[in-house]
Amino acid sequence: MTSDSLETRIAKRMSSILTPRSGTMLVGGAMLAALPALVAAFNVPSVVGLATQILIYAIAAMSLNLVLGYGGMITFGHAAFFGLGGYTVGILYQHSADSSAFLGLIAGTDSLVVAVAAAMLVGAIGAAVIGGLSLRTSGVPFIMITLAFAQMVFFLFVSLKAYGGDDGLMMRRRDVLPFFNARDDTNYYYLCLGAAACWFALTACIVRSRFGFVLAGLRQNERRMAAVGVAPYRYRLAAFIIAGAGAGLAGALMANYLRFVSPDMMHWTKSGELMMMVILGGASTLIGPLLGAAVMVLLETLLAAQTENWQFYLGCILLAIVMLTRKGLAALFSRLPGIRS
Amino acid sequence: MTAMLELRGLTKRFGGLTATDNVSLSVAAGSLHALIGPNGAGKTTLIKQVAGDLRQDTGRIQLGGTEIGDLPAWERVRRGLARTFQITQLLPQYTALDNVALAVQVRQGHSFRFFADARRNPDAREQAGQYLQDVGLASRASSLVSEIGHGECKQLELAIALATRPSLLLLDEPMAGLSPLESQEMIDLLARLKGSVTIVLVEHDMDAVFALADRISVLVYGRVVATGDSDEIRANEEVRVAYLGGGDD
Amino acid sequence: MIVLEQILNGVQFGVTLFLMSAGLTLIFGIMGVINLAHGSLYMIGAYAAALVAAHTGSVGLALLGGIATAAVGGIAIEFIVVRRLYERDHLDQVLATFALTLIINQGASMLFGRQPLFVSMPAALSGSVTLLPGLIYPVYRLAVIVLGLSVAAGLFLLIHYTRVGMLVRAGATHRQMVRALGVRVGRLYTMVFGLGALLAGLAGVVAGPITSVQVGMGEQILILAFVVVVIGGLGSVRGALFGALAAGLVDTMSRAFLPMLFRRLMDGPNADALASGMSSISIYLLMALVLLARPQGLLAGKP
Repeated sequence: MTSDSLETRIAKRMSSILTPRSGTMLVGGAMLAALPALVAAFNVPSVVGLATQILIYAIAAMSLNLVLGYGGMITFGHAAFFGLGGYTVGILYQHSADSSAFLGLIAGTDSLVVAVAAAMLVGAIGAAVIGGLSLRTSGVPFIMITLAFAQMVFFLFVSLKAYGGDDGLMMRRRDVLPFFNARDDTNYYYLCLGAAACWFALTACIVRSRFGFVLAGLRQNERRMAAVGVAPYRYRLAAFIIAGAGAGLAGALMANYLRFVSPDMMHWTKSGELMMMVILGGASTLIGPLLGAAVMVLLETLLAAQTENWQFYLGCILLAIVMLTRKGLAALFSRLPGIRS
Repeated sequence: MTAMLELRGLTKRFGGLTATDNVSLSVAAGSLHALIGPNGAGKTTLIKQVAGDLRQDTGRIQLGGTEIGDLPAWERVRRGLARTFQITQLLPQYTALDNVALAVQVRQGHSFRFFADARRNPDAREQAGQYLQDVGLASRASSLVSEIGHGECKQLELAIALATRPSLLLLDEPMAGLSPLESQEMIDLLARLKGSVTIVLVEHDMDAVFALADRISVLVYGRVVATGDSDEIRANEEVRVAYLGGGDD
Repeated sequence: MIVLEQILNGVQFGVTLFLMSAGLTLIFGIMGVINLAHGSLYMIGAYAAALVAAHTGSVGLALLGGIATAAVGGIAIEFIVVRRLYERDHLDQVLATFALTLIINQGASMLFGRQPLFVSMPAALSGSVTLLPGLIYPVYRLAVIVLGLSVAAGLFLLIHYTRVGMLVRAGATHRQMVRALGVRVGRLYTMVFGLGALLAGLAGVVAGPITSVQVGMGEQILILAFVVVVIGGLGSVRGALFGALAAGLVDTMSRAFLPMLFRRLMDGPNADALASGMSSISIYLLMALVLLARPQGLLAGKP
């Protein structure tokens, strides 16, 4: 390396950072950051709300992607952790609003930081329990079991009348962040943008790390990995737990955005929607879940505006996509000129 | 000489079929012990039991004096047992170097690291490169597994197995599907390895077996019918009948 | 006596679960396909029977109409979608059948609206009968139990004593081998799928008078059927029967007796809420226990 001159080394470093892919991402990131300003300029305020939802679902989809795309584990129960995160925020808020305590022990809070951290913790613990049991199997039984556990969580919360039951739980105000007015929708958008960017960076790190190396190996060929001495269970469980925390984060942000949580957040059809986002966007790519979330949210919004029976058309579209394509949007994206995955 | 691998009374039945019939075997440390037999003799079933893919019905398996019969496959690898697969099992989306480097990384431990880039692990990469060099695959280090040929896949399997620094190497038909030239290279490679690691070789290729083996065991219908060095086995009447039906090869 | 009555209820529920899960486990065992649309076939059977009953007033026709519609629907689904999924990985199967569920459910909603349909009990089977002194039990539920157990017996005979059954048993444990042997897999698969659909439809038909007929009824029972299949072991019809009866009993007994139990420990509304929650999840807890003890299912490998 000492044979390269300083200029050459700088040039090499620059060209390795400013690849076409990172350039696109920079432009995309800049556009996302400028969105509220653009929206105000063109006077279409509902777009900010839509974009906020997209970012929140993107976090949930990215967390599912770690398990599904990179880990190769087909779980149909991811919405359980999304819902657990949301309910953690809702329950803590309710207890802080009426100054009571959860189970008589844990005081409520309306601090955003505490609530979100708690939501991520609850998501992680839920994933540890459900994953701990489910990962004793694989393949089709695994799919069935994760689905069943998610539905179990759904029924559990439907039966909790104290926290709204079937009707759900409302929050009068969003949680509070010092020096930051979270009640303003534009501010909240930036908060979610920041959270999504952080989770994206974290996922990118994990995927390239030694842990990610093993995880991807397990996805590609479990027999081979066993033959080099890898015990599959612990790696998969770790990925599952991290994903659970991510879904909990998304749930917490959604609860604050809507100021409402309901058991529908953890219904198995929500899991199906998250899976659709991951698949549409392209599993086992980093940007795929974001694209998938955008497409799904926009599609659902557009369809729902046209007809009450939008699920019918959504189903048709999904079926067509599954039967006709194999890789999802990100694969298309990576075929644009100058971009290699 | 101590036995690196000791099998005692290994038996495996599938319903009415006895695939492994009271097999007892002793492989001396540093030697190359070949396992031959006609098709359907149960060689692969035996290898699977030793490796841990299949649970034996009865019998004991000892690696370097330690009982491993109850351990899962990955745990046996940790204790020093490595294997190659008859039908190669590789990580298709990774390069040859990645495949070996991953094995090195796993052996070194520290795989629960979430933040450092796995490919910036110079020690593992260097070791991996060395193993590829040893098996003659250095030129293909940055090729994807999906791009390399069948013979090279077999060599890669061997490199990965070596990367786990085993004390015992189980080779399941490493010559299968190789051209004569590739076969000779593989024979030379195994000859170089002899002595530094104990090898159990399951093979159909008799040239390779007689060129390499210190001792040979013949398996017929799940039973070991003969064990000895190459001369003894060549002369053994039962073996000739089982293999050659009394005629010449 | 209440205990006996609840045991019978549990068996009745279990038998319904068995009809659902037998089809699921067969379809997975033979074809390796996970079918999320199975619940929709249950719903189709229920709706068809309700409509036929409303138009003709005949119980027999309603029964036939229900199971025939479900079987035809199943074969149509197999023909159009599922047969392209045999070679695909499980993720594609899950998403495709999930999409089918959306389509069929929303389609039903478009055709019949969201209001539940109430199906009246067939006249011949309404009323109760005295089984033992002090034990009065509805005839209809008894009929369901008898029907379900007969189906179980019939399936058992089919699987263990016919050629087709032999293929089913072989396919359940060695799918690739069956294909390699040149068995006319295409027809076998369609038949098995049709049989599974028929069973699901039957479950829907008999469930109509007990629970109401509405869009979304299929999903609830589908997930319970999944739990049963996991408990019993994938691919094992015997396991499905055992698991279904166990699940049915656990669910019914906990719903019947937990409220009483909890009211002894804490005050009224909390006790009821907790009891309701606990009984809803009792089946899942059973599944969790089985997973801890024997992850592959209790009767795995025994068709």
